[in-house]
Amino acid sequence: MNIAEELLKGSRLALSRAITAVENEYDDAVNIMQQLYPHTGNAHIIGITGPPGAGKSTLTDKLAKEYRRQGKTVGIIAIDPTSPFSGGAILGDRIRMNELTLDEGVFIRSMGTRGSLGGLSRKTAEAVKILDASGKDVILVETVGVGQSEVDIVKTADTTLVVLVPGLGDDIQAIKAGILEIGDVFAINKADHDGVDRLHTELEMMLDLNQKMTEWRPPIKRVIANRGEGITDLLASIEEQIAQSRQSGQFVERRRDRTKSELLVMLDEQVGRYVRKQLENYGKFDELVSSVESREKNPYGVVNDIMATILQK
Amino acid sequence: MEKRVRVLVAKPGLDGHDRGAKVVARALRDAGFEVIYTGLRQTPEQIAEAALQEDVNVIALSLLSGAHNHLFPRIVELIRGKGMTDVLMIGGGVIPDADIPTLKAAGIAEVFTPGTPTTTIIDYINANVK
Repeated sequence: MNIAEELLKGSRLALSRAITAVENEYDDAVNIMQQLYPHTGNAHIIGITGPPGAGKSTLTDKLAKEYRRQGKTVGIIAIDPTSPFSGGAILGDRIRMNELTLDEGVFIRSMGTRGSLGGLSRKTAEAVKILDASGKDVILVETVGVGQSEVDIVKTADTTLVVLVPGLGDDIQAIKAGILEIGDVFAINKADHDGVDRLHTELEMMLDLNQKMTEWRPPIKRVIANRGEGITDLLASIEEQIAQSRQSGQFVERRRDRTKSELLVMLDEQVGRYVRKQLENYGKFDELVSSVESREKNPYGVVNDIMATILQK
Repeated sequence: MEKRVRVLVAKPGLDGHDRGAKVVARALRDAGFEVIYTGLRQTPEQIAEAALQEDVNVIALSLLSGAHNHLFPRIVELIRGKGMTDVLMIGGGVIPDADIPTLKAAGIAEVFTPGTPTTTIIDYINANVK
């Protein structure tokens, strides 16, 4: 079957196969993406991130249902970690989303990180584009459970929702760099637990200190995701952020930055592949490794020599 | 990037016992497979649709309730109906030997009963996955 054509006609199997092709870097992946690219750019992409056990999957499930009530179609990408030892993974985010499985306006795909360390999988951005081309109105990207520095989601999402829960640390945690800097909207989940007032105050204080906040101060919303409490209000905040970001020009600016960095990454990959291929012809690479290892040569000089030779051609 | 074998581990029907499914899921993870686990009490329709969305190579059904003769063939039928003709479907759990030929005739490639070493399942998948 022509995967791109079938996908654009609405085939769910083709949609699924397209993501597989891209994720496994099959030969037809680039061809599929070339056909789909003109059909992308319409969906709003919302990233959902936060520490393990914060309730990201449950919240994703509830937000998706709320969007469905509004008549919007939803794509979900749920990412879980790949084992650095076996390369295997347990992708378990669907457990919280089973009620969405049979809704034809929803498509959920689980992905393993496959070595990527920024909280997303290597091919998340492409999978988002595929769902976008399939006509989904909203795409929810649920990251792996993050620690402090896995912030790749901001490079993919139009809006980033940071989900926190009470009881994870003191107020110094809140002024460190990292995931707390990337939230456009904050959700405090499990808001019936002890410590919720303190966490709320600490987040407000952190936001008070933020100098760069000019037109948008990220709202902090309390939710109890498993009971569905506070979801409507949270979604209203997300929608408000989207409207504000479009109006201020931030939306366009973020998308431009994203396109630019995607082009640079693709260029880096192509150049990297070219250089490695040339390196095979260059021959004596193993000898060079040995001479660097024995300190006869230094790695900086060797890289300069290789580059000079390869690029001369 | 080499291809990763993706396996849906699913528990159809009214059956609350998932220790076995979790042990198998973990063993498959350690064997380098991407395992999608959907939790308890799934309908055949949910399992088939999840398999499609996840584009899995293998569906591993676990069932201890006795309803395998009804549920397993139904899932095979739904999967085929979605055009996924290359999926390897296997089953496991408390399944009487006498029922196994019927399940195989219905399209379940292999059935693993209690006491099967997880390595047997892994080897079977590696040898038969498309």
